[in-house]
Amino acid sequence: MFRLSPNQRVLAALAELGGIALLARDVLASLLKWRVAGRDLLYQIFFIGIKSQTVVLITGAFTGMVLGTQTYFQFHKVKMDTATLAVVGVSMCSELGPVLTALMVSGRVGAAIAAELGTMRVTEQIDALRALATHPVDYLVLPRIIAAHIALPVLTLESVMIGILASYFVGVNVLDIEPTYLWVNMLKYTHQVDLLIGLVKAFIYGGIIGLIGCYKGLTCGLGAEGVGRATTEAAVYGSITILIANFFLTLVMGKLVGLL
Amino acid sequence: MIEVRNLCRSFAGRPVLDDVSFRIENGESVAIIGRSGSGKSVLLKHLIGLLQPDRGAVLIDGENIVGMNERQLLRVRRKFGMVFQGAALFDSMTVAENVAFGLRRYEHLSEEQIASRVAGALEVVDLAGTEEKSPAELSGGMRKRAGLARAIIYEPQIVLYDEPTTGLDPIVSDSIDQLMVRVRDRFRVTTVVVTHDMRTARRVGQRILMLHECRVHATGTPDEIFASRDPVVRQFIDGVADAKKPELIHG
Repeated sequence: MFRLSPNQRVLAALAELGGIALLARDVLASLLKWRVAGRDLLYQIFFIGIKSQTVVLITGAFTGMVLGTQTYFQFHKVKMDTATLAVVGVSMCSELGPVLTALMVSGRVGAAIAAELGTMRVTEQIDALRALATHPVDYLVLPRIIAAHIALPVLTLESVMIGILASYFVGVNVLDIEPTYLWVNMLKYTHQVDLLIGLVKAFIYGGIIGLIGCYKGLTCGLGAEGVGRATTEAAVYGSITILIANFFLTLVMGKLVGLL
Repeated sequence: MIEVRNLCRSFAGRPVLDDVSFRIENGESVAIIGRSGSGKSVLLKHLIGLLQPDRGAVLIDGENIVGMNERQLLRVRRKFGMVFQGAALFDSMTVAENVAFGLRRYEHLSEEQIASRVAGALEVVDLAGTEEKSPAELSGGMRKRAGLARAIIYEPQIVLYDEPTTGLDPIVSDSIDQLMVRVRDRFRVTTVVVTHDMRTARRVGQRILMLHECRVHATGTPDEIFASRDPVVRQFIDGVADAKKPELIHG
């Protein structure tokens, strides 16, 4: 395999960004005319949302438990045990819930979308779709992106809830923290705006996962190697984009709600 | 009517089509032949706008489709049905769902009407009763037939076939040839077949067009092509690897 020079790498990266931007434009145009079949959309919500439940719930529960335990170990030194769940609540709502959910879904769904569309591309099914006078963006891309936009906030909400509940369970039953103060402090310090920030982030991450997965699938190279590479890149690029976007979203939304 | 004017296309600097021009009248049946890699499939994909040329024009009923965006092309493509080399059936759907795909998206029919049209199209291609099978359960020949049923169900004006008999045994190939002729005569469609199977070209094509070294090298009726003394045409028809050693086939 030949190596690209640094200049070629930069150009290739820019070309890829341009390709994603053009795909986003097509998606927007298709969305404005609502060229999506309800049945396809429901199936994608099922695939992205319902089928990701297990992985998201396990991730949320154990993240909440680890965060609660670690926070307790620090807070216990200064006798602030009952503030443990407040830290978990704020962290899960605005940061860990949306980011970890998005990373897990990126690995599962982003890769699956790229593999499915990539296989369709190399077996000429996408050409067949076009020959049947159907725009791939209308039929393949739009339902997946809308479904990801819908599913991610719901999955994040579930992850946050299970994380807080799991942390509460560990706090009360394993770490012997007083349950009433633990819960009341969490409610006192976790604001609605924390949850709102998390849900807005999750909505945006849904679009990122769908868009990158679809782009990688639609533009994948030929053969099994091309599909394999597209699948890996969809998961990796999706995850990296989510982490980078998270910083800027935290900054912007923090400024907007006057938290900084 | 399909008209191709001075079509040029290259991939990564390597020319595949160079100044290709021809015309196909309504209802005509044309076989495009040529060696593997001669650009036959690329040319076919240009006719339906799946590929865009570097230069030249493709006119469908007088309308130039070169430079059209994907949405404008969708309107033109409703005139076409296309059968792909590997059939390109949607593997997440049953045979019936595949065949009904075009109907469901563009014609407002009841489920009963769709089922009836699907059954009719499958009967035409001798696949009656396979509605609920998945593409993975079909043999190569059956997949091609299902692909043909999907292409003809909405009664297009033009049907394009990309290597319809490649990879099939001679008996199945023969049945596919018969099917193409049946579809051509029954629906009076313009037919363009890309093939390197000379038997298919002879049976289906009313005219044969040979691509060689990126250009249209020869064109004529099947009888004219088969009687040709042109060494390139002769070599292809006789299937000789080295044209200087004709004794290999003539004894």
